[in-house]
Amino acid sequence: MSAVYDLKREVEKPERLTGGHRLCAGCGAGIIVSGVLRALEKEDRAVIVNATSCLEVSTFMYPYTAYTDSFIHSAFENSAATCSGAEAAYNALKRRGKVEGTVKFITFSGDGGTYDIGLQSLSGAMERGHDMVYVCYDNEAYMNTGIQRSSSTPRFARTTTSAVGPVGKGKKQNKKDLTEILVAHNIPYAAQTAPIGNFRDLHTKSYKAIYTEGPCFLNVLSPCPRGWDYPMAKLPEIIKLAVDTCVWPLYEVEEGVWRLSYMPKKKLPVEEFFRSQGRFKHMFLKGNEWMIEEAQQYVDQKWERLLERTDA
Amino acid sequence: MSNCLSGNEAVAYAIKQINPDVMGAFPITPSTEIPEHFAQYVADGEVDTEYVTVESEHSSMSVCVAAEAAGARSVCATSSCGLALMYELLYIAASCRLPITLACVNRALSGPININNDHSDSMGARDSGWIQIYAENNQEAYDNFIMAVPVGETPSVRLPVMTCMDGFITSHAVENIELLETDAVRKFVGEYNPENYLLKKENPLAVGPYDISPYYMEHKVMEAEAMKAAKARILEVAAEFAKISGRHYGLFEEYRMEDAQLALVLIGSSAGTAKAAVDKLRENGVKAGLIKVRVFRPFPGEELARALANTKAVAVMDKSEGFSANGGPLFAETRSALYDLKDRPYLIDIVYGLGGRDLKTEDVEEVFGRLAYITVTGETGPVYTHLGQRQRRR
Ligand SMILES: Cc1ncc(C[n+]2csc(CCOP(=O)(O)OP(=O)(O)O)c2C)c(N)n1
Ligand code: SF4
Ligand SMILES: [Mg+2]
Repeated sequence: MSAVYDLKREVEKPERLTGGHRLCAGCGAGIIVSGVLRALEKEDRAVIVNATSCLEVSTFMYPYTAYTDSFIHSAFENSAATCSGAEAAYNALKRRGKVEGTVKFITFSGDGGTYDIGLQSLSGAMERGHDMVYVCYDNEAYMNTGIQRSSSTPRFARTTTSAVGPVGKGKKQNKKDLTEILVAHNIPYAAQTAPIGNFRDLHTKSYKAIYTEGPCFLNVLSPCPRGWDYPMAKLPEIIKLAVDTCVWPLYEVEEGVWRLSYMPKKKLPVEEFFRSQGRFKHMFLKGNEWMIEEAQQYVDQKWERLLERTDA
Repeated sequence: MSNCLSGNEAVAYAIKQINPDVMGAFPITPSTEIPEHFAQYVADGEVDTEYVTVESEHSSMSVCVAAEAAGARSVCATSSCGLALMYELLYIAASCRLPITLACVNRALSGPININNDHSDSMGARDSGWIQIYAENNQEAYDNFIMAVPVGETPSVRLPVMTCMDGFITSHAVENIELLETDAVRKFVGEYNPENYLLKKENPLAVGPYDISPYYMEHKVMEAEAMKAAKARILEVAAEFAKISGRHYGLFEEYRMEDAQLALVLIGSSAGTAKAAVDKLRENGVKAGLIKVRVFRPFPGEELARALANTKAVAVMDKSEGFSANGGPLFAETRSALYDLKDRPYLIDIVYGLGGRDLKTEDVEEVFGRLAYITVTGETGPVYTHLGQRQRRR
């Protein structure tokens, strides 16, 4: 890639995630995977790793794989270790002259497989410094098993294990800030992004992550029409709202330097994001105004902190 | 080359001679010394293995799974809770048909936590699709690890292999051992050249699918067939190994079984103690014998039945509980194997040695005493009992 993002050039590359996979129509995950893989140079090969997730069961159901590159899935909580094992093999075989050309190692895992059950494996792989990219496609719940809460689910969201009723108010806790945890690993590159607009942000960050030596991390917001309860055609709007309300700020941390990637022209109130999805419906009931207020306060605090860190 | 080495040193030395592509390393007593010794070989430039110091055994096995799938010969070592933490991945390694080699230094499973030897760790993994080969002593631990590589990598087998030795008793005790020349080991194991692997340029590969019902069963049957095929291959490899080492191995070892009427069946280092007891009984005219099971997976059922066909009474000695309320795992397998015999010997199970409880020659003699009594009276008495525990005060 040159420094300039050329959408036309990029979309002309052959798809590395082919059509015919079984993700729901409108799923963010497939778009993210093709978007990230498009950043690979044509001549470079890749080994793709998935954690058990919606993505994995939809893209490699025996005997068909949707990936044109080599692929491995092993379990739910070990995708980072799996990727590091493949990378270790590459180093060993390269040293012994048994493998040709450049091979890149890219993991895609859901928020459950990353924020929760796979966090140890991820932390270990990042600390060891494997030359790999770990992409979390964050749809904010365990979707594959039927929309259960994860530590990535935002406060108040309704899931099947953070139910809403006369007593239950949706999820009780705030979302874990995983990107910051990864930044604290002092890896060469960590970024938060989303498949927004013409994909420039996703693409440039993917390129940096893939072609920066060492362990790199991308956290990508991945709307899920089923779990978030919105009409599937609304994907671009939902992402735009997440970014413009600062619920999901876009930023990157390169060699310890924080940089804001996108400053909303007008920061929107968080309720506009919440209103777009059924999972937050109860926040708009009479008597629940405090939920929106508290959610707004939380987002504002995080945003202020990010602005300080990025000097924006 | 004759040397004095502990079991752990011997296995680490075997790994050094093999010089695998990738090793996953994580400490747990009593297997820790294997990755420690190997770290020194790496530091000294004696090997060029990619040595991956993971943050858990779960990741150690995950690294081995992916590395082996990527085309790299991969090894690791563990014990007890470490093997238990790998449990999920053990099945994945076997079902992906990845011939990883793992040195299991047998230790009791928690809880309560205990660092000493029994076989509960590897016995818990007996149905995971791994070949399991057990050693009596340092020499066997060394030899088994070297033989494991070509056994697992055989195209008709392609299964991971767990070579087991008894924690502390074998892993830490120093014994005289015959080492092969490194060139001979390298030649024996050869290059790892799998047909398909992730890093193969010409043909990308996808590993670890979501396998739906119309296919899953076929894949499991293929895995079962591979385990059956492993039996003959283990013997072939042993025969080849005998040519370079002069040491002979079968699926199990028969000790003074020619005319034995009373026999023990057991696994691992206790065989040394039991052999001494057998010798003593033989001196007193008792027709005692011993079978030391070396290969537990695949289980040599038919062969064992043949070897025990002419005995009158047999005690199976299980070094793991199993909690079936019906005897330990070795007993279940042995009794099942003997079912097809026309004249079956009397059979009892004795669970012993849990968490490092010592087995003495007198204990073994006592077991033979029980067998003798059974043959005289025709009364088996309680079929499944424990040996060596203090009696509870009433
Ligand atoms: C050890 C283990 N625990 C639980 C599961 C069941 N499981 C499979 S996928 C999944 C949810 C995945 O959630 P996430 O990582 O967020 O991906 P998503 O499906 O939401 O895209 C769960 C709980 C499993 N496969 N393995
Ligand atoms: S449930 Fe959600 S995450 Fe899963 S495939 Fe459907 S849209 Fe995608
Ligand atoms: Mg999810």
